[in-house]
Amino acid sequence: MITEVLTVAAEEGATEHNPIIPLWQEIVVGTIAFAILCFVLMKFVFPMMEKTFAARVDAIEGGIKRAEAAQAEANQLLEQYKAQLAEARTEAARIRDEARADAEGIRQDILAKAREESDRIIGAGQEQLAAQRESIVRELRSEVGSLAVDLAGKIVGESLADEARSRGTVERFINELGTAGSAGGRR
Amino acid sequence: MIGQSIVLAADVPFPPSVEDFYLPSILPWNEHNSYWFTKITALMWVSVAAIIIFFLVTYRKPQLVPTKKQWLAESIYGFVRNNIAVDMLGKRGVNFAPYLTSLFVFILLMNFWAIVPLAQISPNSHIAFPAILAVISYVMFIYVGMKHHGGLKYFKHALIPPAPWFILPLLIPIEFFSTFLVRPFSLAVRLFANMFAGHMLLLVFTLGGFAMLNANVWFAPFSIVSWAMTIALTFLEFLVICLQAYVFTVLTASYVQGALADEH
Repeated sequence: MITEVLTVAAEEGATEHNPIIPLWQEIVVGTIAFAILCFVLMKFVFPMMEKTFAARVDAIEGGIKRAEAAQAEANQLLEQYKAQLAEARTEAARIRDEARADAEGIRQDILAKAREESDRIIGAGQEQLAAQRESIVRELRSEVGSLAVDLAGKIVGESLADEARSRGTVERFINELGTAGSAGGRR
Repeated sequence: MIGQSIVLAADVPFPPSVEDFYLPSILPWNEHNSYWFTKITALMWVSVAAIIIFFLVTYRKPQLVPTKKQWLAESIYGFVRNNIAVDMLGKRGVNFAPYLTSLFVFILLMNFWAIVPLAQISPNSHIAFPAILAVISYVMFIYVGMKHHGGLKYFKHALIPPAPWFILPLLIPIEFFSTFLVRPFSLAVRLFANMFAGHMLLLVFTLGGFAMLNANVWFAPFSIVSWAMTIALTFLEFLVICLQAYVFTVLTASYVQGALADEH
């Protein structure tokens, strides 16, 4: 294209300008303009952009770091809570066991006491019963003697002159009775 | 240009010549040999002002969570920073990202005038502007190389490849030629020629349509095809505009990369 144009221009012979030779005025103006452009952009714009990029990276990385820290803290708290919970559970179990043991002990105590009491009551009752029985037996023995004598006098119709003899008989009889009665009462 | 062409439809200059790139100056008005304030320099000032205002306004109060405009400004910088500077230069690329981004947006907007209606000529179609940028890139990569390797050691490093001694007499001139002579020219000419050719193409097809119409009314269908081609080429121009801005920036970064490289 250029060569074509150049040849065309050369053929015409009226060319005032050569496109491959720069105009010095344009070089001056262009240099000034480009210098201004570079100065403004490189001084005021692009460093700011680099700063913004860095700040953005910082913000993102900082955010990630903060999130990680929060996560770690949460995990730690969770562990702590779990540990506390486990501790509380074992404590509760211990207390429950203790209470159970206490209750068992108390029960045993009460049972023992009750048994003792009942034994004591039974013993007292038996003693009393035995004493009563003794006194009744004693009473009966004298009464039965006189009754028997009275009965025998009435039946025979004779005075019992021979008191000594008769008394001996009665005594013997009652003693036999007594041994038989006491043997029966024990049963 | 088109506006002028329509006015002059009865007498269209065809074919377009180099002189079409050198319009009369604006201040003083219609002067042919004054170059301080022309359409070209005016477009350049507008570009610089637009870029500065855009970035200063969008980045006046940067926020951690960006607004839409701030996001746009950041994406432009982030594109050059991450996809060109850091990609090619590694971590050190961050230091070069501000300059590379300034370079990229400057070239992009300067190129863009080539397809903006009513402007429709890129200041970069005058070799002065690509030349300035190429010289800056040239000085920059040599300076960076000298700073990195230490003074003249850089030239030793750049010129003497690890090769058998008997091949060196051949290699050193080639290395010197390709690295220190051709680079600034290839950079400047690539950008300039693309914008120049693009403008010339649009001129040829636009003016060609008028020329055919003037020559013979029956050529009108061809004129229409020609103008349709202009529109199609405008889209092609858009591609070239972006590509050339990218290429210039990438090549500058690649030269710096070569200067910073520790091995060949």
